[in-house]
Amino acid sequence: MKFGKFGGSFVPETLVGPLFELNQAFQDSKQDPQFQEELNSILKNFVGRATPLTEAKRLTEKLGGARIYLKREDLAHTGAHKINNTIGQILVAKKMGKRRIVAETGAGQHGVATATAAALLGMECVIYMGAIDVRRQSMNVQRMELLGAKVIPVENGSRTLRDAISEAMRDWITEIRTTYYLLGSVLGPHPYPEMVRDFQKVIGIEARQQILETEGRLPDELVACVGGGSNSIGLFYPFLDDKSVVMTGVEAGGHGIPSGRHAARFATGSPGVFHGTKTYLLQDQDGQILNTESISAGLDYPGVGPEHAALKESGRTQYTHATDEEALSAFRILAKEEGIIPALESAHAIAYVIKRAPELLRSQLILVNLSGRGDKDLGCQ
Amino acid sequence: MSVRKLLNQYRAERRKALVSFLMVGDPNLEATELYARTLVNSGTDILELGVPFSDPMADGPLIQRSSQRALKNQVRMKDVMGLVERLRISRITTPIVLFTYFNPLLAMGVSPFAQQSARSGVDAVLVVDLPPEEATEYRQILSREGVETVFLASPTTSEGRLRLIDDCSTGCVYYVSRTGTTGVQNGVSETLKSELQALKKICDQPVIVGFGVSTPDHARNVALLADGVVVGSAFIQLIEKNLIHLNLGIVQSISDLALFGTQLATAVRGASQKES
Repeated sequence: MKFGKFGGSFVPETLVGPLFELNQAFQDSKQDPQFQEELNSILKNFVGRATPLTEAKRLTEKLGGARIYLKREDLAHTGAHKINNTIGQILVAKKMGKRRIVAETGAGQHGVATATAAALLGMECVIYMGAIDVRRQSMNVQRMELLGAKVIPVENGSRTLRDAISEAMRDWITEIRTTYYLLGSVLGPHPYPEMVRDFQKVIGIEARQQILETEGRLPDELVACVGGGSNSIGLFYPFLDDKSVVMTGVEAGGHGIPSGRHAARFATGSPGVFHGTKTYLLQDQDGQILNTESISAGLDYPGVGPEHAALKESGRTQYTHATDEEALSAFRILAKEEGIIPALESAHAIAYVIKRAPELLRSQLILVNLSGRGDKDLGCQ
Repeated sequence: MSVRKLLNQYRAERRKALVSFLMVGDPNLEATELYARTLVNSGTDILELGVPFSDPMADGPLIQRSSQRALKNQVRMKDVMGLVERLRISRITTPIVLFTYFNPLLAMGVSPFAQQSARSGVDAVLVVDLPPEEATEYRQILSREGVETVFLASPTTSEGRLRLIDDCSTGCVYYVSRTGTTGVQNGVSETLKSELQALKKICDQPVIVGFGVSTPDHARNVALLADGVVVGSAFIQLIEKNLIHLNLGIVQSISDLALFGTQLATAVRGASQKES
């Protein structure tokens, strides 16, 4: 399946057959009431869904514009939205009879969520993590190891998420018959972008219902940070047909766009093929992939989910960026004003809200996805 | 001569082909040119030239490092084309296959890439992350410019898709002898024989086999079962090992490649005429 002219399945031959099988298992699971029941039960009783929708009253007062609501994915088990996807996919893996799980991780949230799901279902788990990220997110490495996963630091290339994905794919190519690759974002070859979005859309489905119950109307604008783009697509997707709702994705501006040291794919990127999918990339004129930079490991990646690329080209969603500095400032403001320490990734979304809310009227509503909690980031600020 | 023509001719003569891989620009462009000549003079039948890419996800550590060294030297697609052109000007007529990832090709544009390939003297192209399902436009354009296509088949390829791969390949089919990335291996998979027998029943195109072939013995055993054998990482390993000698390393590599290339070519010839 393609998202307009984006997406697809650009992979070495060894992966083509297994991706067909994966797609079959995923499509079957959608029709399987027993699968859906098990998924919903785990989401409710283990993950702790539904997550709340919290009105950020003091932040609203301070900013003096639109009223702000936070979708609290930081309150999901393991502290981020990543668990929604790992539970879903691990059930698909179980259905396929796989016993070994490999995954990549950037900030470590997807790695922790994968290790957690693997522990829950008693599966072997190997996590690839860039050596730089192992250092800057050491607490999450300890968590993964406690949960029984083997964490392999990746010393190749950028030593961040990008090379962790390449290395996880190489492992998968090699151990293809026994291993399930649990990709953590709406990236990679088909069916991953569609499957991960399907497991993450619970965020938007809940948020839509909650805001209708609380306010009796839809929000004016949705805001979420965009690394690969799973928390944002999870929030946006159920609102796509609500034409009045503006949707804004916030990329990592790093040291600022002019510095060239950032991960804002929509700011200076162009379409290309990377890690199995056609999408917007940061690349040079010869098609070599560029290094990215962000204070937030989870946004530090040169490609963006292909569905975002299609939504952006259609004009349905818009994208902006927040710099490291703006994200750090938002990180502190949210902690002080609302008693919530956000993940540095989510702080990028808050940074945009801090600029945006004063431009809107008090009668307007902004709903922002607080995709994860920030305990992991205390060493970074 | 085109890849297909050569392999068909060899097939008629019951002869097997040695396909030798080099990463263009490792350790620099001039060296690659010398290495390519050396391999051709030592009996290589087809040259496979790798285009450096920043994120080679189908390659093992040896070729990843090789690719990084080439990129550090600023070697890009246009330099690869330039090298092929120079080889042709100096009357090297050995068929040349480019081995590339899709993005550097896409950045050039599929049409300009195909035209440039034809002009430079590239005979065939293998795009490692472009399966036939995504290759409709690419195939049309390459065929229009008279450049052959090579698609991969692997142990996870179904019979139905094998037919598709055979149909889409106009140069030959490249069988990946094991699941995994490129690299040096200690032996040839035990199931290779039965896999290739099944493959040959389906494929009309000539079949070359690679990934992990690293000694004259492997090469001979594989050549018994296929139309050609690809050796790659073993050459790269040899080139890498000599890097500690700096400029003298290039001289050393030329002599090592001549010796190893000859041993491989002899082994592959030994497999000719012996096939059942």
